[in-house]
Amino acid sequence: MSHPQVLFARRRPGETVFLEGYLAGGGYRALGAAVGKQEPAALRALVLDSGLRGRGGAGFPTGQKWSFFPVDAPGPKYLVCNCDEMEPGTYKDRELLEADPHLLIEGMALAAYALGVQRGYVFVRYDYDEVFRILERACAEARAQGFLGERILGADFRFELHVHGSAGRYILGEETSLLNGLEGVRPNPRLRPPFPAQRGLFGRPTTVQNVETLCNLPGIVERGAAWFRGLALTPGEAGTKLFGLSGHLNRTACFELPMGIALREVVEVHGGGVRAGRRFKACLPGGASTPYLTAAHLDLSMDFGALERVGSRLGTAGVTVFDDRTCMLAATLNLISFFARESCGWCTPCRDGLPFVCYLLERIERGQAGPEDLEILKAQPAFIHQSFCALAQGAMGPLEGLLTHFEQELHDHIARGGCPFGGA
Amino acid sequence: MDPRIIEKLTAEFAPQREACEHPQELVVHLLRAVQRECGWVPDEGVLFAARLLGLTPIQVEEVATFYDKLYRRPVGRRVIHLCDSICCWSRGADELRAHLEARLGIRMGETTPDGVFTLLPTCCLGACGRAPAMQVGFRLVGELTPEKVDRVLEEERARALEEAP
Repeated sequence: MSHPQVLFARRRPGETVFLEGYLAGGGYRALGAAVGKQEPAALRALVLDSGLRGRGGAGFPTGQKWSFFPVDAPGPKYLVCNCDEMEPGTYKDRELLEADPHLLIEGMALAAYALGVQRGYVFVRYDYDEVFRILERACAEARAQGFLGERILGADFRFELHVHGSAGRYILGEETSLLNGLEGVRPNPRLRPPFPAQRGLFGRPTTVQNVETLCNLPGIVERGAAWFRGLALTPGEAGTKLFGLSGHLNRTACFELPMGIALREVVEVHGGGVRAGRRFKACLPGGASTPYLTAAHLDLSMDFGALERVGSRLGTAGVTVFDDRTCMLAATLNLISFFARESCGWCTPCRDGLPFVCYLLERIERGQAGPEDLEILKAQPAFIHQSFCALAQGAMGPLEGLLTHFEQELHDHIARGGCPFGGA
Repeated sequence: MDPRIIEKLTAEFAPQREACEHPQELVVHLLRAVQRECGWVPDEGVLFAARLLGLTPIQVEEVATFYDKLYRRPVGRRVIHLCDSICCWSRGADELRAHLEARLGIRMGETTPDGVFTLLPTCCLGACGRAPAMQVGFRLVGELTPEKVDRVLEEERARALEEAP
């Protein structure tokens, strides 16, 4: 089944579209239509009207976020693109930027124009060295053609873009940690408020947006808010969504699909079904921090609202599928071990709470636990939700999903004195 | 640190420092450059970065020790980062870890006696569609099997031994 391709419209396997190809495909037309011709306030209203929500995991409405931004404040203001893509199961931003880097540059220039920002950063994770080099080349091309720099397209608009290569650690994806990383100080998260829109990078108003979010802007500017809303299959939602498929599927690739597509179509059509003829047991719908969906959810539409209504989240739409031979306790232990190792150590609920959850899960997995351990486990999320930032709260997603949908597996481990799936 | 490296990095970074309103923002970039030249970030690298950017050594050290891809201990010529996050786990990362440890004769966190390979775990490499995956230096290799791992180890060992020490 084919669906409209917007973000992946120019994508060809194994190729990167640079300036020539981008221009030939209609690139920078949106910037040309906006800069010096539309009021920044009209652009902000358009984005609000489009219903665009952040694609980095939290799903906050972009236009609403921009409405808090002090566009008229004097002095430096910053736009930061978060390309610290490190949520397990998420690789859509890599796929997007390796295919079409100028889409991000145009999106950032549009956002900068709308917000009255003159300097931007793309924060790229260490391991995306290829993406880093592609962006450096694309920025140089854009600068040479007058899409970045002074007097962009001859208008009274200046925007400089800098690509920052980071050096690891998942916590940097948390926006205040990322800002500390950019400043060159130890990247523990910051207390909020003040929010970055008030005091962000170098103490100045800053907005941080995900790669995919920014890449949606050229399309919205060129084709309008109604068109963008119409891309979604469900009312109240908007746009397409990049789905990165992984786990026990026959086809683990990244697809651009309409917002609101049924999980069943994602799994069975695009993912080619569960591999080795096995059955679908569960999936993470949007990265490591999103509570599991089960086979009972296969007819659910994959959008922000529908997943929130069943107690999960669309997250990054990195869908990781587990077949019927998977021990969901072992999967959850893997996920929470990840969060425990990536904890920055700043606050106690995260630094000490997550290893304690791992300890309890390991005891149950190895058949060393009694029913009282399960009660202690169930008490942990309430403590861990007191953490300083969202990292440890995210780690509770899979644990809460495990307790909601697969509690029987925990009882089975305890009753059998070991893993019923032959693990550990 | 070799004085030639110090000279080279000073030439590279002094102009950037002058052009930069907040020189501290260059610290990760500079530490990565130290690592590129030395293979890791020695104490002298931290002191050099502090001097060049006008920071105290602790300001640099607390950054250098935060990031898992900045090595504050000597490593082999090729650092292997094997992904152990959920997608790779679901497609056999545990078995690959056992295979790598046996093939190299080292455990996670160790370096082979010939100084060629260091083996470390990493969180998700963003190669979930090609799981299981590992990164050797900046070379990403996905869809790993034990045979493919062996082939990559052979290639990388040969290349590493060809390079000047």
